[in-house]
Amino acid sequence: MTSTEPLLSLRHLSTEFSTTDGTVARALEDVSFDVHPGQTVGLVGESGCGKTTTLLSIMRLLPVTARITSGQVLFNGKDLLALSETDMRRYRWKELSIVFQGAMNALNPVMTIGEQIREAIILHDLMDKTHANRRVNELLDMVGIAPSRRDQYPHEYSGGMRQRAMIAMALACQPCLLFADEPTTALDVMVQAQILELLQKIQRLLGLAVVLVTHDLGVVAEVCDTVVVMYGGKVAENGPVDEVYNAPQHPYTQRLLEAFPDLNRPAGSLAVIPGTPPRLNALPPGCRFAPRCHKAFERCRVEAPAETDLGGGHTAACHLLEKAEAHQ
Amino acid sequence: MNPRWLLLKRNLLDFWKTFRRNRMGLAGAFLVLTAILAAVFAPLLTPYTPTETMRDAEGRALTFAPPSVHAPLGTDDAGRDVWTQLVYGARISLTVGFLAGFIAMFIGSLFGITAGYFGGWVDNLLMRLTDVLLVIPDLPLILVLVATVRQLELKVSPLVILILVIGLLYWTSTARLIRSQVLTIKERQYVYRARAIGAGNWHIVRKHILPQIMPLIVANTVLILSTAILIESGLAFLGLGDPTQPSWGTMLNFAFDRNAVSNGAWWFYLPPGLAIIWATLGCVLLGNVLEEMLNPRLASHHLEGEQSIVTQP
Amino acid sequence: MNRRDYLLRKIFFSLVTLAVVVVLNFLLFRVLPGDPVRAVIGRNVRISADTQQALREQFGLDRPVFPDQFLTALGQWARGNLGVSWSLRKPVSEVLLAKLGNTLLLIGLGQILSIILGVALGLLAGWKRKTAVDVGALTFSLIAWAIPTFWLGIILLAAGSTWLGLPTGGIVSPSNVGKPLYTVLPDVTHHLILPTLTLTILYMGEYMLIMRSSIMEVLGEDYILTAKAKGMSHWQVLRKHALKNAMLPIVTLIAINLGFTVSGAIYVETVFSYDGLGKMFQTALVKQDYPLLQGAFLLLAVSVILANFLADILYTYLDPRVKAS
Repeated sequence: MTSTEPLLSLRHLSTEFSTTDGTVARALEDVSFDVHPGQTVGLVGESGCGKTTTLLSIMRLLPVTARITSGQVLFNGKDLLALSETDMRRYRWKELSIVFQGAMNALNPVMTIGEQIREAIILHDLMDKTHANRRVNELLDMVGIAPSRRDQYPHEYSGGMRQRAMIAMALACQPCLLFADEPTTALDVMVQAQILELLQKIQRLLGLAVVLVTHDLGVVAEVCDTVVVMYGGKVAENGPVDEVYNAPQHPYTQRLLEAFPDLNRPAGSLAVIPGTPPRLNALPPGCRFAPRCHKAFERCRVEAPAETDLGGGHTAACHLLEKAEAHQ
Repeated sequence: MNPRWLLLKRNLLDFWKTFRRNRMGLAGAFLVLTAILAAVFAPLLTPYTPTETMRDAEGRALTFAPPSVHAPLGTDDAGRDVWTQLVYGARISLTVGFLAGFIAMFIGSLFGITAGYFGGWVDNLLMRLTDVLLVIPDLPLILVLVATVRQLELKVSPLVILILVIGLLYWTSTARLIRSQVLTIKERQYVYRARAIGAGNWHIVRKHILPQIMPLIVANTVLILSTAILIESGLAFLGLGDPTQPSWGTMLNFAFDRNAVSNGAWWFYLPPGLAIIWATLGCVLLGNVLEEMLNPRLASHHLEGEQSIVTQP
Repeated sequence: MNRRDYLLRKIFFSLVTLAVVVVLNFLLFRVLPGDPVRAVIGRNVRISADTQQALREQFGLDRPVFPDQFLTALGQWARGNLGVSWSLRKPVSEVLLAKLGNTLLLIGLGQILSIILGVALGLLAGWKRKTAVDVGALTFSLIAWAIPTFWLGIILLAAGSTWLGLPTGGIVSPSNVGKPLYTVLPDVTHHLILPTLTLTILYMGEYMLIMRSSIMEVLGEDYILTAKAKGMSHWQVLRKHALKNAMLPIVTLIAINLGFTVSGAIYVETVFSYDGLGKMFQTALVKQDYPLLQGAFLLLAVSVILANFLADILYTYLDPRVKAS
């Protein structure tokens, strides 16, 4: 584990959404994890578990129906949640930028790619137009797009190229932290691999810290240093990838990894987790995973488990672990 | 009770619970219902008949008389009570509007379902037809049509011609809406399953598609009614109504032709216009609310205010 | 889509629509009962049997309706020969041309004002959704939609002439009739205030509604979130990313709305006795002057089809998705 100060530190972050039928969806509850400089963190979980909401909460880009109810987002020790909107705008893209999923819709259809990249550089007053233009060419070159294609529109690019352009755009202001929200969904397998490779290359080249949101455990094993497993808006387990993959402590992680195809096991033994993820506006009392957990007992259904520190930066939230700790 | 009836009752109750909280919808329903009630109970709402001329003690017609106790909305150029003409006019305006609206709804639904369900060249043909109708300016087309049909000297009331012409021309928006809805329903699993087990087209449309789009058809019909009432009033104003059965638009045609404006007889030209607004606004409000309830749009967009943050102490 | 394909498709569609209009016009004309010669020269003109026969041959009325008569009519229309007005005893094309300018002036003014106001207010309403501005704009457009055009005209006519002393009709004062319009501009302006105001109120609600829903849809798109993530302010996002995307459908809708615009002109010109195509249309209707009515219908329909086609061409210059390839 690195001993440096974390670049980004989420402390007990909770976010709610008010829904149209008047109920409140507790989309994030008590989410805490750290991202150290130069580290790649994988954020995994089923869809609707709060991965994207976590990113949007950090960047403060949630819709008006959302409310951050408590917690801190410390970036280099400064709480982003305490900033004014104007001050927050200076952090966006310059310090933390983001690659959204499905770059077709994330790029403006009536602006050229070059213009969309240059816009960010000019906006943050980094350089004049001539230099910015040169920088756009450099960026496109870095992600493997011929700079001659800068004056084309998004619909003239293939899906993979759009995602490359999106990555070039995200790097425009030399941020120290990059969020990638399912950057490879909706791309075909070959292109997926290329995009991941590109992300890894850039991460090493620029020494970026990356938070990669995905539901693909294979991707996490391949590119991440640590992994944060989320379930129903809470962190289930968090730790170094090797440790979590080799000795998962939370029953949800265990099930998830069993469901993950392993080359050493015959196909067909793929486990499926029974049941569906909880609806965030009708959460079960107690542990959110209890209704689907094969190891659940009475306490799980009434009391939410606290995070247990398992040492070496490995934590998990499960009553079974508390018991084990008490026995020792 | 029959379980299907119970289900219907529960659905209607649920619907009412949501609808009840919507002020715009309630206002619309109120406007529409009062207009219909006035039309139905017209004879109870006035002691006069619409053609009766009011006279003073010497037997002279009371023309352009301002509102008084005897004539709450005054009299017109021939001394007839404006209020009486207004409530009887509701009968004509609403009847023409409703019948024309229903014809349009029927054609629109039929074409929409056919185009959406069968797709292919049928869809192409019907949609191009709606495109063509959309481009041709509607009022000139109607005027030419009505004038031509009248020239044939058929023994039918001018109102029948109005109903048919409006009904046969204003189905395009319904057809498009229904078509897009049918397209999404067609892709659903149970329709595939029904087809896989060999259900016929008619069976699938009746059992699976029609029940799904019926609420949308109802909502859209209410909106079409407002268009039909408005168009009727315009055509009647241009003199295409039936002078013997005056609608609100015909009243305005009389008022304008007989110089109610220069005579300062505001009680003659204000009420019919307000009545038209009453009925159309009612239909628009009601129809929009019903459509919104069935087909909710965007909950919020990206520039809508700021998310709130409860900052730390 | 390829731009050339797009344009070819639009040309094809315009031609089909044009064909529908032409055939419709021809059929309606033939449906009229009585002697077609009468339809051409008018009801009350006394002519000898010989002359009638000569005319019959001249117009090809002794030949079959289809294809001969249809092709003859088509040839005449293409050369601008729309027959002779019964009531005015003048060639229809001449009458129409004389009125066209006045109508274009009125519609043009109403359109420009309502587009500017409607688009600006619709933008504001959609952006500041669910605020007082939005509720106000929505209420206005709902009521504007429910008001019959001619009635709004009557009310403004009554109010404007009583309280503001504005003229009640016509395009110039009686003393200025016959002079070229540009020599009596103050008088013309004075006459145009009320009809223009009526049309502006009427169209504005429509444009406001369209712009409002268009901007709301655009603001829900992912690229708006990207722009926000770049650190742009709401105003910057709106100006640089939302506006152009939201304006695109408006271009097409303005063209489609031209049919609606024509209806407005018929009502407003009737109420304000404004000497244009709309008023003439209504007069022709009352006097049952069929050649005039049908000529006017042909002219209006063709203008709207043409305007739609022009809007489609304009669109190819504005939207890179059509322009490229």
